Amino acid sequence: MVERVLRAPSQYWMLILMWIRSSMAYPTSFVLMLVSSMVLTVMDFVAIALMFSHISSFGGFSLAEMALLYATASMTLGIADLFTGSIERVGERIRTGTFDAYLIRPVPAFLQTAADGFALRRIGRPLQALIVLVLALRRLDVDWTVARGIMLAVSLVAGSVIFGAIFVLGAAFQFVSLDSAELANSFTYGGQTLTQYPLAVFGKEIVRAVTFVVPIAFVNYYPVLFVLGKPAPLGLPSWIGLLSPLVAAVMIALASLAWRAGLRRYRSTGS
Amino acid sequence: MGVYWAIAVRSFRRFSTYRIATVSGAFTNTVFGFILCGIYLTLWHERPGLGGYDVSDALTFVWLQQGLLMPVGIWGATTTGELGERVRSGEIAVDLYRPTHLLLWWLSVDLGRAAFQLLVRGGAPLLVGALVFDLKFPSTPLAWLAVAAGVFLAILVSFGIRYLVALSGFWITDTRGTEQLALVLSTFFSGMVLPLVVFPGWIGEFARATPWAATMQVPIDIWLGRNPGGTGSALMFQLGWIVVLLLAAQLMTSVATRKVVIQGG
Repeated sequence: MVERVLRAPSQYWMLILMWIRSSMAYPTSFVLMLVSSMVLTVMDFVAIALMFSHISSFGGFSLAEMALLYATASMTLGIADLFTGSIERVGERIRTGTFDAYLIRPVPAFLQTAADGFALRRIGRPLQALIVLVLALRRLDVDWTVARGIMLAVSLVAGSVIFGAIFVLGAAFQFVSLDSAELANSFTYGGQTLTQYPLAVFGKEIVRAVTFVVPIAFVNYYPVLFVLGKPAPLGLPSWIGLLSPLVAAVMIALASLAWRAGLRRYRSTGS
Repeated sequence: MGVYWAIAVRSFRRFSTYRIATVSGAFTNTVFGFILCGIYLTLWHERPGLGGYDVSDALTFVWLQQGLLMPVGIWGATTTGELGERVRSGEIAVDLYRPTHLLLWWLSVDLGRAAFQLLVRGGAPLLVGALVFDLKFPSTPLAWLAVAAGVFLAILVSFGIRYLVALSGFWITDTRGTEQLALVLSTFFSGMVLPLVVFPGWIGEFARATPWAATMQVPIDIWLGRNPGGTGSALMFQLGWIVVLLLAAQLMTSVATRKVVIQGG
């Protein structure tokens, strides 16, 4: 077991290297895709910037504060999408019967599915988020402490893990219900759209749902509130953002259980 | 003519078999509808009457946008994906052998698809939205007729764009780059990011003149009765882009057909 876990990173690396080489076969197309993937994700931010040509604050957040929320939401989803996003193709693989090949190879099926068609161009989203993050940090008037700096850095990792776990949960659900790839989009891309805005504007029920049910509020909202020194909604303590690594750990456990249950349930199409 | 009708009917049936995919897609559209309503409610609360829309217009915009997204195929649908793939793999040669017109063949496929998605993926989110929020609906039969025409023309405009993107594969080996670029342009200029009426200054005027405006913003404004020049000129605007796009598509088809070299046998 321990040996399997230790081997996983190098196996995963080998797999993605293979896919990267294949995408480099058409270099012009790769560059076009990388650039347009950056531009495409910039659109979300352009929408916010366009809004701020009409207003000066959105739900109590200034443009620079919104930029920080946007950058952290986009970066964490981008990193999760880069490393685990391809897993949503599992339903298609099960339907066409090609999933069987993953079960007989000497590499865990999870790694092969997560690396399936690894698209390096997806690095466009975290890259543009990084640019927005740097711009936001320069414009923000934050009283930086060590705790706040660590919180921001840690939340980027924990947030990526939370989104990654949601990708895996969505994929695991496809063992039960093929063809439901788009369902996961409402939690991943929907989650990202939600978390790039101050969650309190969506009302108390939504805040409760994204805190206690699908905990995407821990991806960036609570950590950013802590960094900006803003109070948390629902009378929650202001340090609640510190819990985001714990939430990430719970999500990993859930995702891993769901994936195993899915694998156990798998019966080949047998055609 | 009969053959194209048959293609459209089969395309309709084909999409109706993906039941779970359709339901999960409609669910996702609905979730996004609620998210966008939260954002727009805040925005229109801060700036009432923004872009000439009142709150009810803005919320109606959200649900129509989510409902039209798939039927209109803003993010690419069969035509871009499958036709592009056939151009890439060379299977297009088989299509050209057929005694049917390439453009009309794919148009029939697309209309069958759009009809199915309009019913299910357009209807479901709109119904949910109308139950929760106070939305606007056209009031006269004539207005409904104008909406139907606007949506049909929107699908044609979108098809024209997607057909051109797919055929670009005849000149560049891999169309995925062009597809991505088309995705960027259509997301921004159709009103998916924000209603185009909110775009300020020259960028707003430019956006509202593009063919992408004719795929989403214009039909929604027909529904809302908010087109600056009235519904008639809105329909003419769509029609104008259709003529341009289909002429370009026809020209590209004939040039591309002459370019095809069938290997082996």
